[in-house]
This record gives sequence, C-alpha cells and structure tokens, in this order.
Amino acid sequence: MNHDDYSDAYIKGILDEVNTVAMIGASANTVRPSYFVLKYLLSKGYDVWPINPGQAGKEILGQTAYGSLDALPDTPDMVDIFRNSEAAAQIIDQILEGGKLPKVIWMQLTVRHDEAARRAEDAGIKVVMNRCPKIEYGRLSGEIGWAGVNSKTLSSKRPTLKSGFQHRGLTGKTRG
Amino acid sequence: MSDNIPGFSTLAIHAGAAPDPSTGARATPIYQTTSFVFDDVDHAASLFGLQAFGNIYTRITNPTTAVLEERVAALEGGTAALATASGHSAQLLCFHTMMKPGDNIVAANKLYGGSINQLNHSFKSFGWSVKWADPDDLNTFEAAIDDNTKAIFIESLANPGGIVMDIEAISRLAKAKGIPLVVDNTMATPYLCRPIEHGADIVLHSLTKFMGGHGNSMGGIIVDGGSFDWSAGGRYPLLSEPRPEYQGIVLHETFGNFAFAIACRVLGLRDLGPAISPFNSFMILTGIETLPLRMQRHSDNAKKVALHLSGHDKVKWVSYAALPEDRHHALQQKYMPKGAGAVFTFGVEGGYDAGVALVSKVELFSHLANIGDTRSLIIHPASTTHRQLTDEQKTAAGAGPDVVRLSVGLEEVEDIIADLDQALSG
Repeated sequence: MNHDDYSDAYIKGILDEVNTVAMIGASANTVRPSYFVLKYLLSKGYDVWPINPGQAGKEILGQTAYGSLDALPDTPDMVDIFRNSEAAAQIIDQILEGGKLPKVIWMQLTVRHDEAARRAEDAGIKVVMNRCPKIEYGRLSGEIGWAGVNSKTLSSKRPTLKSGFQHRGLTGKTRG
Repeated sequence: MSDNIPGFSTLAIHAGAAPDPSTGARATPIYQTTSFVFDDVDHAASLFGLQAFGNIYTRITNPTTAVLEERVAALEGGTAALATASGHSAQLLCFHTMMKPGDNIVAANKLYGGSINQLNHSFKSFGWSVKWADPDDLNTFEAAIDDNTKAIFIESLANPGGIVMDIEAISRLAKAKGIPLVVDNTMATPYLCRPIEHGADIVLHSLTKFMGGHGNSMGGIIVDGGSFDWSAGGRYPLLSEPRPEYQGIVLHETFGNFAFAIACRVLGLRDLGPAISPFNSFMILTGIETLPLRMQRHSDNAKKVALHLSGHDKVKWVSYAALPEDRHHALQQKYMPKGAGAVFTFGVEGGYDAGVALVSKVELFSHLANIGDTRSLIIHPASTTHRQLTDEQKTAAGAGPDVVRLSVGLEEVEDIIADLDQALSG
C-alpha cells in the first residue's frame, strides 16, 4: 500500500465496510478534533466506542467510554487512533499481540508509523495514516464542498441524501 | 470518476458541481437565500460549533458560492477557497487572518494601483504597514523582511506593466524566512499560470476580471495552497491558538491543510462581512466554464495587437511579456508559456496629452477602469486608476504619463487593430 496517496476507492471501501469504530483518544472536550470526529461518525450511523482512560465508565455523546481496547464489548471493525505516531505504533503492536484483529487501523492527521503499518498489513489489516475519517467521508459524500474545500472528486451522478436537509451519505451506502 | 486527475478544461466545467440532489438540476442552482433551516437543535449546534459541514447563513457559506470556491480551488491546485464580494475584500480577509497591529507585509511595488492604495492607506487603520520591494531586484525583498513581517505579496503578472514575477525565487526567500508567499493571479488566471505549483502558499483573485470574464459581476477569492505550517513558531495565532470566538477551538489542528481558508471564513468573513452574492457566484461560475477558450483567445489577440503597435510610428514602446525582445519574456516562457494574457501597456508619442486624446478617440474600445471583459478596454492610468499616486509611485508602478493600458477583448483582431489605428492617426 502506498501510504502517500490513497485511492478514493480504497478509502470509500473502508468507510462502506466498517460498522463499529473504536476511537482511541476520544475527548469529552467539545472543541477537540476527536470530539468532532466522534460526533460526525455517530451522525453517519457508525457505532463508535470512545476509548479514554480518564473517561472510563462515563459517557461521551451518549456512548459509554472504555479505558482500553481490552475493555471493549467486542472486536471493532476499525480502530481510529488519536495519539502521536510512537504511541500509535505501540497500540498496533498490542493489537497484533492480542490476536483480536480489526479489519482496519486508521491513524489521524499527522499520525504515521510506516514500520508498524507494515506489521499490521502483514497480519491482513488495512491501514490508513495521516488522514481524518470525517474529512474523507465529507469529501467523498460532497459535504465538504459546502465549506469551499476541494473534494478532488467529480461526478455527474446525484449525491446521496440521508435524513434531514444537510446530510449526505456515500453513494451506494445504505447505512442510516 | 476514476482516480486519474482530470484535465484543466474538465475541471473548469465540472469541479464542485454535481447535479442538485433535490431537483436534479444540472446547472448549479442560484441559492438566492439568506438562511438555511436546521434539521434540529443538535444540528444547529453542530453547525455553529464547526463540528458538521453545512450552511447557516449566506454571509458565511452558500451552496452556489461553495461550487465557485471548490471550482477555483481545483483549478489552482489548492486545498480550499473562500469567495468574497471583490478582489479587494479577498486581500483584506487574507491579511486580516495573518496579521495583528504592528505587523507588516513586504509587497512588490508593481501592483494594481487600487492595491497600492489599500496597502499604503487603509492598512494603517488596522495598525498594519507595507514595505515595498522591487521585483527586478530580489535582494530588496530580503532586505525589507523583519521580525514583524507576516507575508510576501506579489502579482504573478503585474497590472498594468505586464511584468512577470519570478515566483519560484521569491518563494524560496519566503520559505527561508518562514513566512507565506501570497500571489495575486488575477491577470494570468490558472489557465496561464498556477502559482501554487511554483511555491505560492496562498493565491488571490479578483474574479471580476478574467475568471468571470464578461464584465458583469464583482467577486474575489482566497485559495489555500495547503502548504504552509501555520503553527510553527506560533506567529499566526488566529490559526495556532485556541480561539475565544469558538469556545477554544484551534483551527490549524482541527482543519489541517485547509485551515487557512476556514480561518478566513469563520473569523474574517463571518465578522467583517464582505460576502459575495449567490447571483454573482453563478455568473462567475458560468464564465469559468469557458475560461480556457477565452484566455487563449485573449492572449493570441493581445500578442497580435502588441506586435502591430511595436511597429507603429505613434508608439514609443510596448511592454508585453509575449514579445521576444521583452525583458520579461524568459520569465513568461517559464511561468505562463501558453500566453501572456490580455493586458499590456504601451507609450504614446506626445505623453500625457496624447494618452488622453487616444482614449477619447477610440470607437470600439471602451474607456473604463476594468480589465478582463469580452470587450476590448482602454485606459490612461496616469489620469484615472493611478491618479492618487505621486509621480514617483506612478512611474514605479508602470503608470507614467505616456502609458496607455489595453485589455484586449475577444472581438476580431482586425477590428481591434483598426480602431487603434484610427484613434492614433492625426
């Protein structure tokens, strides 16, 4: 996998495939990027499990927060990492040692560790680094264009509307 | 669409514009509305907190204008854009986002006269200042930069002198000093020159000119190149510090490589207010669809007119970078090889009075203060656009007493040349 330049099909495939997301570093602070992403993914119909030791047992946006990956009720389809690159590598190694493998490991903007990514890919896990799932979902659904952002996509097909006036989905996606 | 990067003409028609999801309208609808209903209270809170993408109020975002913004961002190779009521307000919002009282920018002294006025005079009310540099001597840029300098500002193709800037060399200076390079690309348009590919961090436009192209709608835009690190050194606190306007959000951390465009929107446009009309956005979008065709014809016509005037006995000199003997020809060949645009200046025999006589006698050319219309336009800068400048500033800006500026239109070039010949005769 070329981690400098992902195809739209690769990213869209992941966003279509996963249903449950464990978000490591999810914040209860309403202006932190992780809170934004948690709220956005919930609005798009994903089940998101916040992981934050300081919030364990409490709720963030109505979702029970957990202290660690081990405490989750099930193996998530995707682990989304809001930590620095070194911490992300340790998390990946813990996942690989634990043996309950997600389909996808996603690392947020500025988070990248190529060696750890290779170990995850060798175990059959899809990896995305230095990207944000909120931005990618907004880009591929066309929502991000409302903010004047270059989505780098062209289409002559009708965008997919979800519930409400200003709520788009990914084309072909049936969720929510 | 596959992951192949579409060509320029494809982007000029399609970028940002999927069919309207509610009606199937294929042309971009004019959303002539001030406001947008919220789905519910939580949706409203998400929008006001910048947590969700969507529209609240046309002073901040509008779906018609959003298509224009994405279109121009795509054509310039930027990450995002913010459209404004005019090119001047684009400059204001751009610098407002970078600067605090006591700061300065270093700007090329070859700029549109209206920009020289804005930087020399209106800037002072904000406690900002400008330090001028000479694009023919790049050492003057380096010498002018101090600890309070927040940007370098140039025009890729300067109005009115037809001067082509060495964007890559100036970009290296800016990078060495850790400040962004802001390039106004109004005269060239992204069809002729894409400054971000040459190291520009921000691109500005007056969309009123060639982008709209038909002389009917005002507009401006800020394009975020996505390349500058706004957090390094903490010198751009609107981007790198928690903002009290939004309960402590840090815009660069939250919006990554399109944070500058977002900051200009949610701090600048929201609070200062120079929003473009959705109708103007529609008109300019329609113009952009034919930008590649128009800019090539503008450039081809202008070169023929410039060649004709070069041999005219009433013409002292012609300054047009597409002419092989022009001192900026090598830079034009490097930065805008498809053409040097529609606008150039020449000197009339007889000085100030001959310039005034020429603009009085033309029949096809329109005497007015704009460029970038389908129609051919003429102006004598010393008596109009550059009138407020001192004689030294006029000459420095390429607007001396004998200078006449043309914006060559899309008419038959034989008719354009015949009108100039009759106006120059006798």
